[in-house]
Amino acid sequence: MKYTIKEDPHKNEMIQKVIEISGQNIFSCYQCGRCSSGCPMAEFMDVLPNQVFMFLQEGDVDTLLNAKSPWVCAACFTCTVRCPVGLDLAAVMEAIRELQLRKNYDYVDPYKVEDREELPPIAMVSNFRKFTP
Amino acid sequence: MGKKIMFYPGCTLKGVAKNLEDSTIESARILGYDLVELPGWTCCGAVYGLAQDSVKFTIANVRNLIKAQNFGKEIGDNRLIAVCSMCYNNLKRAHIDVMRNRDKLKTLDLFMDEEADYEGNINVLHYLQFLKNDVGFDKVAEKVKKPLKGLKVAPYYGCLLLRPDEVAIDDREDPHILENLLEILGAEVVDYPLKNECCGSYHTVDKKEIVGERTYKLLTVAREVGADVLATSCPLCFFNLDKRQEIAKNKHNDFEHMPIVYFTQLMSIAFGSTSQEVLHFDKHYISPEGVLKKWL
Repeated sequence: MKYTIKEDPHKNEMIQKVIEISGQNIFSCYQCGRCSSGCPMAEFMDVLPNQVFMFLQEGDVDTLLNAKSPWVCAACFTCTVRCPVGLDLAAVMEAIRELQLRKNYDYVDPYKVEDREELPPIAMVSNFRKFTP
Repeated sequence: MGKKIMFYPGCTLKGVAKNLEDSTIESARILGYDLVELPGWTCCGAVYGLAQDSVKFTIANVRNLIKAQNFGKEIGDNRLIAVCSMCYNNLKRAHIDVMRNRDKLKTLDLFMDEEADYEGNINVLHYLQFLKNDVGFDKVAEKVKKPLKGLKVAPYYGCLLLRPDEVAIDDREDPHILENLLEILGAEVVDYPLKNECCGSYHTVDKKEIVGERTYKLLTVAREVGADVLATSCPLCFFNLDKRQEIAKNKHNDFEHMPIVYFTQLMSIAFGSTSQEVLHFDKHYISPEGVLKKWL
């Protein structure tokens, strides 16, 4: 993967929004990789959990907005509880999703969901809360 | 009638997880407690909102807590029991969140002008915590009529009973509360290393394949460590690990089906209450009847 330092993250409006929505100081990550090593979804991700912080620190929010990873995160909080500096990556993933959802973007179309009859209500409620505005 | 305790069932227990609701109420009844449904409860929202600049995901939970506050005064008990992991996690997080951030609570109280303000004295408990700390596992042991001797069970906590830290019902990396209960019921508990790993959660709606893969991994390891059945408390974990075995089987030839049960079903069985009106085995895709027939 190509890494480019795009711009000063302090001046990037989108990154400031991620910081504000998530309430996390993204600059305190020092790339220990513990989040990625414990992540049960990492094998299905294109950008690894620790790389999310790296891209944010390098001012590259576009890669994250185009990545699958924020939509693959299952909010299981394994990374959150294991982070040595106490960063809540699940909240950062949510903030990246929110940047798009708040523009009225539907990641999941409720009408196209298969086996709707069988799914437990909590499955649909949680899915639509994470993936629709 | 036993002692009245407030019970928050949650939406899933009213439908696909009827087996969880009825076996919970039945096991509590045998222990001398009457789980009374919280009047007028609403959906918990299933996932807690992580955006710091929004309180919308907290409203429903605080409203439920206010309802519990009113009803709790009526029955003279401030404990609110949830058995669904998602409901427990949401109610507990909301309680902790508004207690730590009083300005958030103030905003919500102003918004919900039809209700009384939340005083913050509701004790949200998961049924397992209630059994361990309030009822006492020794009391549970007294009620065991048919010990589940020889039944090899993998205890599965999933995420929401253990994470984040402030809502954990036990040590988040090496919990034992469920093992302890299952041992008291007479079951042989296997050492299951993936007991606190995620099942894939809400991806079951739009990315079933991921959940199929997780199911394959979780159940194959459970099989390897010698389990006959896997016990959980979360209706979403239950659905994923039960129903998504179809996908796991289609993709992996070496996959062997494993029945999934709620720990409350095992409790009811050990207490000698084996009617289908309590256990509802028709709600399972992979029937546990074969594995459990010795005790039924």
